[in-house]
Amino acid sequence: MIELKDVRKSFNGVEVLKGISTKFETGKVNLVIGSSGHGKSVMMKCMVGLLSPTSGNVFYDDRDFTNLEYFELREVRKEIGMLFQGTALFDSLTVEENVEFTLKMFTKMTKAERRDRVNFCLEQVNMAGINDKFPAEISGGMQKRVGIARAIALDIKYLFCDEPNSGLDPVTSRLIDELLQSITEEFNITTIINTHDMKSVFDIGDDVIFIYEGTNGWSGKVKDIKHSDNETLKRFIQASQFD
Amino acid sequence: MNFFSQFGLYLIFLKGMFSKPEKLSVYIDRTITEMNNIGVGSLTIVIIIAIFQGAVTTLQIAYQLISPLIAKPVIGSIVSDSSMLELAPTITCLVLAGKVGSHIASEIGTMRVSEQIDALEVMGINSSGYLALPKIVAGLIMIPMLVIISIFLSNLGGVLAGEASGILTSEEYLQGARESFLPYNLFFALVKAFTYAFIITTVSSFQGYTTNGGALEVGASSTKAVVYSAVAILFSDYLLAQLLL
Repeated sequence: MIELKDVRKSFNGVEVLKGISTKFETGKVNLVIGSSGHGKSVMMKCMVGLLSPTSGNVFYDDRDFTNLEYFELREVRKEIGMLFQGTALFDSLTVEENVEFTLKMFTKMTKAERRDRVNFCLEQVNMAGINDKFPAEISGGMQKRVGIARAIALDIKYLFCDEPNSGLDPVTSRLIDELLQSITEEFNITTIINTHDMKSVFDIGDDVIFIYEGTNGWSGKVKDIKHSDNETLKRFIQASQFD
Repeated sequence: MNFFSQFGLYLIFLKGMFSKPEKLSVYIDRTITEMNNIGVGSLTIVIIIAIFQGAVTTLQIAYQLISPLIAKPVIGSIVSDSSMLELAPTITCLVLAGKVGSHIASEIGTMRVSEQIDALEVMGINSSGYLALPKIVAGLIMIPMLVIISIFLSNLGGVLAGEASGILTSEEYLQGARESFLPYNLFFALVKAFTYAFIITTVSSFQGYTTNGGALEVGASSTKAVVYSAVAILFSDYLLAQLLL
């Protein structure tokens, strides 16, 4: 479980996150929704340590991530996988080398063991057999799936996805959604997804938090979202043509 | 003020690189790859520049010094000393600042804007150490080697130009070079080479690492890396000459 307690983040005196407190449960697909520029990505970056909150705390199963020493932080980070909006695959490495990367850096696996693990991860995302391709040689959807395979290569406990469906056609988007849902259930991990895609929310979401102007605008179960009396959330859903 | 804040960030960047490597063998592999990129990859341009540098210097020195009162080996002596003290280390490293520096800055800068550095950080890898340290170590090993090659080829260029133009024979050139040779000059050239290697690799890595934006900014970082490295090389050239000669 990941818990945020009164997380605030300012840039040059402008407060972007205005005290967000929430919990993300293990074994569930937690979705973070909200309009662009309201703080979703900043919140995710504070959670994975790419930004330091101005104040407040992020807890990973009771470990205060915001106040850990460098080497303790490194240990927690080994439990984190992240799928970036632009995939962020290492373009000078092949698909196999990308997925193998964390295994090579952090485990004592032999080359054969690493290859087995890479193949297993690629099979999980239906990408077996493209080991020797470079990221530039595969499509955007395939890159996303390889990104997921890389994220789950170590035995992670937390999976973060920033706009996993951006730039993908509807069919591939659904494929990625299903993949994230099945991985969450199979590995019993805490998955947190930043998205604008309301179809994803209704298809795979368990819990939802709606970020509005840097605050926790609404949070609850997906089934309750349409019955919410929160006006800004209603407008957001209406604009997404899902009311 | 901006200079001091940038210099402060540069020092913080350098300090951040030196933490315990996640896996030493990976860093060694990367260093060997970078040695190939920086050293072997720059060999052709260094060979061309060194030979022509020596040849042109010989012709120009001869043009200025031809007189019945001056012995011909003096030309060889001046060219070999100039090559060792200034031309080979400084000109070679200014060219390498352009070639290697822009390559390092654009490579790391592209990784920054495409979130690859963020991905490294999220994985728990010290990104500045992983990306920059192998390049710095490789530069410190290979650039002095390139400078030594450049010194040798510069003299070879001088010999060839002397023979081809009929100004002086190779024996006269080598006699002059041998008579004026001081081991301290070679030491001075190597001190310069190490200093310039550190400047080129660290300044370029820093510029790439702190890129913020998109493709345009990657280009700007690459340009800054070359300009700042060149200025720092020239400044340290003066400083080292003042201190060590």
